[in-house]
Parts: sequence; structure tokens; C-alpha cells
Amino acid sequence: MDFFDRFAVPHPSLAIYASMAAIGLTVIAVFAGLTYFKKWGYLWREWLTTVDHKRIGIMYLLSALLMLFRGGVDAIMMRAQLAVPENTLLDAQHYNEIFTTHGIVMILFMAMPFIMFFMNFVVPLQIGARDVAFPRLNALSFWLFFMGAMLFNISFVVGGSPDAGWTSYFPLAGTEFSKSVGSNYYMIAIQIAGIGTLMTGINFITTILKMRAPGMTLMKMPMFTWSALIANVIIVFAFPVLAVLLAMGTLDRQIGTHFFTMDNGGMDMLWANIFWVWGHPEVYILILPAFGIYSEVISTFARRNLYGYKSMVGSMVLISLLSFFVWLHHFFTMGQGALTNSIFSITTMAIAVPTGVKIFNWLLTLRKGKIVFTTPMLYSMLFIPLFTLGGVTGVMLGMSAADYQYHNTMFLVAHFHNVIIPGVVYAMLAGLHYYWPKMFGFMLNEKIGKWTAWLLSIGFVLAFMPMYISGLDGQARRMYTYSEAAGFGAMNMISFVGAAIMAIGFVLIVYNIYYSTRYETRDISNDPWDARTLEWSTHTPVPEYNFAILPEVRSNEALWDAKKNGHVLFKGEYEKIHMPNNSGIPFIMSCIFFVWGFSFIFSLWIPVILTTIGIFICMALRSFEQDHGRYISVKEIEETETNLRGA
Amino acid sequence: MHKKGIKAAFISVFFTVITVLSGCEPLLVLDPKGPQAERQASDILLSIGIMSIIVIVVFALLVYMLVKYRASKQKADYEPPHIEGNLWVEVIMVGIPVLIVAFLSYVSVQSNYIVEAKPKGYEDTKPLVVYASSSDWKWHFSYPEEGIETVNYLYIPTDRALEFRLYSYGPITSFWIPQLGGQKYAMSDMVTTLHLAADAPGEFMGRNANFSGKGFAENTFNVTAMSQEDFDDWVKEVKETAKPITEKKFEELLEPGHLGRQTYTGTHLEFSPPPTGHEHSEESSETETNTESHTGHEGMSH
Repeated sequence: MDFFDRFAVPHPSLAIYASMAAIGLTVIAVFAGLTYFKKWGYLWREWLTTVDHKRIGIMYLLSALLMLFRGGVDAIMMRAQLAVPENTLLDAQHYNEIFTTHGIVMILFMAMPFIMFFMNFVVPLQIGARDVAFPRLNALSFWLFFMGAMLFNISFVVGGSPDAGWTSYFPLAGTEFSKSVGSNYYMIAIQIAGIGTLMTGINFITTILKMRAPGMTLMKMPMFTWSALIANVIIVFAFPVLAVLLAMGTLDRQIGTHFFTMDNGGMDMLWANIFWVWGHPEVYILILPAFGIYSEVISTFARRNLYGYKSMVGSMVLISLLSFFVWLHHFFTMGQGALTNSIFSITTMAIAVPTGVKIFNWLLTLRKGKIVFTTPMLYSMLFIPLFTLGGVTGVMLGMSAADYQYHNTMFLVAHFHNVIIPGVVYAMLAGLHYYWPKMFGFMLNEKIGKWTAWLLSIGFVLAFMPMYISGLDGQARRMYTYSEAAGFGAMNMISFVGAAIMAIGFVLIVYNIYYSTRYETRDISNDPWDARTLEWSTHTPVPEYNFAILPEVRSNEALWDAKKNGHVLFKGEYEKIHMPNNSGIPFIMSCIFFVWGFSFIFSLWIPVILTTIGIFICMALRSFEQDHGRYISVKEIEETETNLRGA
Repeated sequence: MHKKGIKAAFISVFFTVITVLSGCEPLLVLDPKGPQAERQASDILLSIGIMSIIVIVVFALLVYMLVKYRASKQKADYEPPHIEGNLWVEVIMVGIPVLIVAFLSYVSVQSNYIVEAKPKGYEDTKPLVVYASSSDWKWHFSYPEEGIETVNYLYIPTDRALEFRLYSYGPITSFWIPQLGGQKYAMSDMVTTLHLAADAPGEFMGRNANFSGKGFAENTFNVTAMSQEDFDDWVKEVKETAKPITEKKFEELLEPGHLGRQTYTGTHLEFSPPPTGHEHSEESSETETNTESHTGHEGMSH
């Protein structure tokens, strides 16, 4: 039985047993349902093997929403534990696991797939392309991400979750202090998902550079596409760093090297440095596409062109460059001396300038506009003030001497939630409401949508503003409890109430999806928001080939140009369209990766070797395969187009 | 209207909360008891002031735009114009933030050199050197010149520069006494130095601020600042009453867990010296050379 002991959770609790049961039942229900409704074939043909960027996007979206709730449950448990002093809802070990997984899940398995969803769904449509440059690679990216996420999540019930924080600093995360397999999960699961992300980066850079519609020069690209291009460039530079870092961590933990250990010349500072060389650009990988979405939404609902297009692009380029020169501000307190801290303090505060330019550009876009308050616009208008608060506290944190007092406190926690929630999460929700009709052919209910936005914002303010105060009062982050005498009780109770209100907001999103699916009208136009860019020029639902005729573009608001200035987007006759074939290899290869990762985590070397061979066989199969794709005939196109126009 | 009402409510709740709280009891970081913490608190207040102006400007602009340019206030046939941008607007948009950032950078750089040096006002005093090392989940304070060592509590003289040499027998920790000054990391492979001083006698909260595992929340220590005479008396008393620290005893202390306050004569620096693996300390002092020795790293780092 020794063999099986390793899979046991080292520190079980009721929550863990309940999750085991829940996961087990869900899996059984899904399998039974698929079998009963005879949907296995449909699932395989239409989803598991798809290479269509729109479907891959939707799968990213589903994963992101799923993970949002996993991370959200973590969050509410933490706030509940800290709501009153000396609470015993969770013990130290559980609390440590929960804040660790909350961070990783929210950043890597929620926010990342959410932006991947937007990039996948929107970018090809926005640039007038029929798919991404490498559709099959795109499928592989998704499935690697998905398997990485699933692998990470099973750590909760098999072997134990990581508990060294999402930053996983060594030597705490090393075998000297973390003996369970939790940190192995961290290294391997993120590695697998990270490889997928890196591939996405390459794929989208190629797509955006090579597949734009005729006439769309770089400076005529819509702002979201610009933000996606820059985010992907950052991915390509930053993610290899993560891959190397995680490989070094794995070697330290499982093979016995000494990169970061306490003994034999290992250096704990090295982990922190390399981690943030990736970690800081990662923040901009999330926020830039979010800025892109706000640019689209604000310009659409101000009924005006985006103010300062060139400075918007310039500021994003500048942010992306600066993002690689600020990593040290995550540990001003490591003792590198006044000069080094001064340099990084200045580069950090410098980022405020291009970011400020963007805020002012959005404000000036509203000027002389005709502002319509839809749900996406409401999120954007709540974003501006709340994000500004987060931005200015970021400048405060950038003052390195003062940072000695903010570092590792709730002030910092308040700051980064204050940029990520209004910055990234609101953008995702704005975008979700904005693009929902294009994806599914009906709108999300506006009334519920607006209620949600307000609830989230009230909850957000209540949950995070008190943290600024308790941080300045000396509350360190990551403490699972505090004494009554510490005096943090009131602030943390307010936080808990805020978190609970936010939780209601997130549940309302699900309710809105349910409600709208049942009751909202299917009778909407291709362009229900009266928008300005190409993705709204094609049919809803979007046909497989996106555009029957590739559009011709002469401004960065191609559709608006067509609507107002009589520009003709689609010229010419139908021609047969070349499309890629579906393939099961990405899915199968990723499943093998899953088994590989699981075996590696538990140091089961024979399955590791077998699955490694399996992975190489998949790659070999692909390289020897003769697949030239297929053609959609003019007749089929005509039929589809007539049907869609009639609908 | 509806929206503005709620927003105003947010803001007023936020500020009420701040005022009420700071009225009751000053926040630790903003209640400094030493020159370093004072400098940091004044930087913090300065930046809050400047940042509030920015926040107010952005809020005001937003409210203005939203009130003035809502669709409901425009004629039905109003067509918003196409405006590319304006050089002068953009110059202002970049220029003012650049000026603000430049000013804050100037302050920040100055502060860096201040907090990384002997505390202002105590430049002439001979610093008290204390080696503060952490182990899971305790703090060991060694006073090499006095020849004593404590666990989880720290006695310090007022009106004198304090020089803390920080390192760790385990995960990275962070030595933090909010009312005396900001924190610094204690790590296993190098010694970092933190300069502090206390202006007045008193009791202060000290803790490890960097997550270090299961016992992290309780990884705190008490700081008592007293006059030099009282401090000398205490040292004398410790020397008379406390037991010497032995290698064996120290090994026991390093075991993971929580300990109350303990006091010893002698320091562990003699048999378990601080790391020297990575050259860092800019100024080398006598104590450092005295305790120089090797840990496992030395041989391997070359």
C-alpha cells in the first residue's frame, strides 16, 4: 500500500472530502449525460478536435469562468477566516494552500484564458482573417493550457496543494521546507500551461503580422488587435523565462540540483529575481488586452473615434518595454542598496506616464461624444475611477524607501487587486457582455448586467479599501489569523462583507447567462451595438469561414467607415475557401502531457518515460502527416450566406 | 443621478472610515517613533497628497464628461465629430505626469540614501549592532558587543543608531518594526543591514512580514526601547542571571516551532556564524570580521 500512500492528501479536511465527492459525481454525471444523450460523437467532432479559433475561444471562456469560481471560493474562504480575530474556520496549513491556489488560479488559469478567449475570438475577426496562422497549434495551445489547469486543480484532492504562495519563493518551496508534492504540482502544471501560452504568443504575432485584411496597415489596426500584438510579443519574451525557472525548480525539488537551496551554493534570491523577470511582464500581458477592450468599448458607446490613436499605440509599446525593467520593485527590501533601488524606483514610477496617457485619452474620447450607458460601457466607466486609485497607489509603492513599509502588507494586496479587478476583470466582463451576441446570437440581459456591475463595484470598494488602511496599521499579508489586540478586526470584517457582495455579483453573472439563454430575443442584427470594427461586419452567428469575401480596409474603424462614409468593405465574387481540417492530435497529445505531468509530479519514472515517447510520437505523426486542408465550395458559401441573411 | 449618488456614497464612506480610524488610534506606519519611520511616513503622506490631486482631477473630468455628453442630453441627430488628437493636449497629458514623476523620483532617491544610512540625528553615535536571525518561526537577537542573546524579544537603547544585521536559518523572512522603520529581508545566504533608531522609550510591535510557512502568523517579537542606562542595567542583569547559550541548546532552538521569550549569555555567532557566501555589506565593521567563518556555501560558490 505504500505506493498509494503518496496520493493521499497530507492534511485532509471536510472541504477536501466534499470536493473529492463533488468532483467524482460531476465526472460521473458528465460521462453518463454524454452517453445518455449520445453526444460523444458531437463532442469529439465539434469541440475536442476543432481548430476553429471561435470554438477554441469559447472553450477558453468556459475554462476561465470555471476557474473564476474555483478562485472565488478560495477568496471567500480567506475573507471569512480573517473576518474575526483568532478565527478557527481554517487552520494555518489550509489557509496557506488556499491563498497559494487562489493566486495561481486567478492569474494563470482565470485571467490568462480569459484574455486568450478574447484574442482567439476577436483578433481574426477584427483583422478580417479566416483563422489564426497556425490553427492546429492553436488547438494544442488550448489543450495544453486546459490540461495544465486540470492537473493543478486535482492537487487539492490528490497529494495536496502547493502551500508556498503563488510566488513560490525558495527555499520555502524547496524540499527542505515543502516536502509534499504540492510544489511539484506548481512546477509541472504551470509548465504545461505555460508551453501552451508561449505557442499562442508565436501564433498570434504571426497572425497579426501576416493575415490582416487588404489595406489594413499596422496603424489601421483596431486598438484591441494592437494590444493583443503587444501582449503576445511580451509573452514570447517573458514565458521562456518562466519555463526555465520552473524547470530549475523541478530539478531542485526532484532531481537534487542546488539552484535555490540553502546548502551547497544555492541562492534563494535567484528564484525571486527570475520569477519577477517573468512575473512583472505577465501583469502587462493581462492588462494590455484589457486596455484594448476598454478602447473598443469606450469608443463604441461614446459613438466617437478613439482619441489619440497614435499615442495609445505608443504608450502601449512604451509600457511593454518598461515592463521588463521594473521587476526589482517586487523586492526593494532584499538589501540591494540605495542606488539599485533608486533606478528601479524611477523606472517603476515612469510606467505611470504612459498609463496616464491612456486614461486621459479615454476621457477625451468621451468628450463631444454621445454616451450610451450599456453594461459594457458601465464597466468601463467604473474602471476609470477605480483603476486610477489602483494606479496611484502603485506609484506610492514605487517609492522604494516608503515601500519598506508597504511591502508584504495588506496595502500591497489592496493595490494589486485594485489594478487587477477593475483593470482586468472588469474588462473581461465588459468584453463578455460586448461580444456575447456575436458568439451566441443573443444579448445578455442589460438590467441584470448593470446590477452586477454595481454590486461588484460596491463589493470591491468594501472588500479592498479597508486593506489599504489595515496594511498601514501593520497587517502583514498571508497571515492566517491575528490577535484581537492587533486591532485589524473591523477592517477585515468590512472586507468580508465586501467579498460576500462580490460573490453575489459573480453568481448574478451566471444567473444572467441562464436567464438570457432562456428569455432574450434571438432576433438581433449582426451589429447590435452599432460598433465600428470589422468583427461586427460579418454574420451572427459567425460562419466557419468568418468572411465570405475578405474585407478591404482603409481606416482603423473599417465598419464605421462603411456605415458612414459609404466605403464598400466586401468587393468581388465568392471564391472557394481553403480551411484547415480538424485534428485529434492536439487533444490526444495534451492528454498524454497530462499523464506525463501527473507521473512526473509523483516521480513515477516509468510512466514518465512512456509518455515522453508518446509525446514525441504525436509530434512525429504530425510531421509525416499529409494534410492540405479542405475547400469550401462556392455553392456551399452561397447556401450559407443566403441562410444567414435570411435568419 | 442614481449613479452619482452611489459614487458619492462610496467616497464619503471611504473617507469616514479613514477619519474615524485614524481618529481613534493612529495607524502604526503613520505613527513613527524613529527618524527612519518618520521619513517614510512623510514620504507616504506626501505621495498620498499628490496622488489625491490626480485622483480628484480624473474623477472630476470623468464626471464632467459623463454628465455633459450623455446621449440623453444630446439632440437625437447629433453626430459626434471625428477628432484625431491634438499635439498640445498630448504634450500636457505627458508633461504634467512627467513632472510629477520626476518630483517623486527626486524625493524617492533622496529617501533611499537616507534610509540606507545611519539614522539622521544619530550620525555621531556609535551604533548598537544586533544580529537578528530568523528560524522557523522565531527571531534570535545576538548582541555581539554585549555578549548576550535573546529569543523573540528585543531591548534597544533610545537616541542611538541601531544596526541590524539580518539573516535566516530557513525561508526568506522580513524583519519589520513598523514604528521604527520599514522592513528588510533576512536570507540564508547573505547578511543584509537595516539601519534604525528609536527617539523615545516605548513598546513596539515587531514581526516577520514575509510568508515563511505554517507558523508565519505568530512569528512576532516585542521591542522595548529604553534609555541607555536602563539598557546597560538590563545587559548587566542578563549577564548575571542568564545561562550561556551552547551549540547544543542553539540546535534545539532552531527546531521548527514557537518559543516564548528566552535569554542567554554569549551569542550563537561564535559557533554558528552568519553567512558570508555573497559579498554584500558595503561597510565592513569589526564585528563582521570577528565572526567571519564559513558555512557550506563558501566552498561551493566558486
